[in-house]
Amino acid sequence: MALTLYDYSLSGSCYKVRLLLDFLDLEYERHPVAFFPEREHRTETFRTINPLAQIPVLDDDGIRLRDAQAILCHLANKYDKSNLWLPRDPELFGPIMMWVMFAGGELMAASAARLHDLLGYDLDIKMARRNAHAAFRILDDHLTRREIEGGTWIVGGHPTIADVACFPYTALSNDGGIGLEDYPALRNWLRSFMRLPKFDAMSGISEFA
Amino acid sequence: MAVTTDRAALNEWVACGWPEKVAPGGKYRTVLLGQEIEVRRTGVNLFEVFECDEHGKQGRQLPVQAKYCCVFTTLGEPTRPLPEIPEFDEPDRRITGCGSVGVHTSPFRIIENFLDMAHFSFVHTDILGAPERTEVLAYKTEHRKDADEIWAIDCQFYQPAASKASRGGQMTHYAYRVMSPFSVMLYKNVFDDPTRNDAICLFVQPIGETECLAYMPLAIVDRESALTSIIDFQQTIFAQDRVILENQRPALLPLDPTIELPTRADASSIAFRRWLKAKNFQFGVYEKKAA
Repeated sequence: MALTLYDYSLSGSCYKVRLLLDFLDLEYERHPVAFFPEREHRTETFRTINPLAQIPVLDDDGIRLRDAQAILCHLANKYDKSNLWLPRDPELFGPIMMWVMFAGGELMAASAARLHDLLGYDLDIKMARRNAHAAFRILDDHLTRREIEGGTWIVGGHPTIADVACFPYTALSNDGGIGLEDYPALRNWLRSFMRLPKFDAMSGISEFA
Repeated sequence: MAVTTDRAALNEWVACGWPEKVAPGGKYRTVLLGQEIEVRRTGVNLFEVFECDEHGKQGRQLPVQAKYCCVFTTLGEPTRPLPEIPEFDEPDRRITGCGSVGVHTSPFRIIENFLDMAHFSFVHTDILGAPERTEVLAYKTEHRKDADEIWAIDCQFYQPAASKASRGGQMTHYAYRVMSPFSVMLYKNVFDDPTRNDAICLFVQPIGETECLAYMPLAIVDRESALTSIIDFQQTIFAQDRVILENQRPALLPLDPTIELPTRADASSIAFRRWLKAKNFQFGVYEKKAA
């Protein structure tokens, strides 16, 4: 087994993968990508690794995967013998995948806001923040229902790849000028996540939250 | 956003980009002290800077210098040249910028954070400081009147991983140098080589009083590490600082010593604030409202 992660420290999407690799106790080699300011991911050379010119990319013994969400699914499917991070129970699997897709879709508005504020990306910041708030509202409502049911995690009784996928850009929302004052259930969930064994806070995550 | 009327701020050289931000022939707009400007890259290392009027039309041409992996301009009449940083001319150093990072706070909060050692163990845990070794040992500050710079010397701090080149903890020796209200740098001894210093700069582009871009040019002694890793290390550190900086209140820097009580570890901050006060800085400074 040889895992190589094409990685950038400040990328929330790469952080999703780093988190799960740590939770699963997997050794991996880090291949740093000069994302900023060099924009190495946009070069022809990098496009041979990922034609979408995005990070992260995971190479697992020659299986080359792009998209953080796909990589989380792959890692859990192949390496999580406990089946806790991606249970195949039909009651849980579908909802988990739904929230994993949400992390790669609607929640990425928070990533856009962060790229604007942190690295000066030229984009419609008002729209990015508005869309991020709309996504946080949906996740917060869901987590409020979960709290009422006595649950802590997005799906089921153990953290899953849905939590791993949703955590980074929620925890990094401040980087994009988005406060979580209106989302108490989200904040409770973030605190629970940060108490997980082997959790490592990347730069930009306020552990005092 | 209106351009500041503070002459002390207008008369400084300020970073407004880095050379590779656009390809030769390209241009971009940015804001300096409330004034919109257009930066044009007319050649590989040739730049022109213009003010833009309120309708976005080209106005007055501004002076420009490309140095230390940054592009500098000024809206006023600088009373001093750009600082001399000879480390950037030493051939065996790794010279690079790190792009720019946006920070919502006063430029002086950013400078002060760079000068501060007391936060290392808490904000850069296991990298620039260890949780069990938090003491800031006594150091000296100086106002070097010939160059009008503030220095903090004989600084030392225990660091588990002082730089990308580190292979273990060390007592790192620092000297800090404030070259202007918007630019600061440090010298820290290289891992395993007390005779050489890494030179790390921080140039702040004040967009407005509480909105800045931070540039971090480096002149590092490190033959081993890939440039990508050196930049990654620096950006990781700065992103940790950024969270703290954006949560500091008030965002503007108080110069009245009764508003934020300093301790001995804050000697460099005290010297910096006195210096700003002596220059009668208004921009980016917190004014106590009358009761």
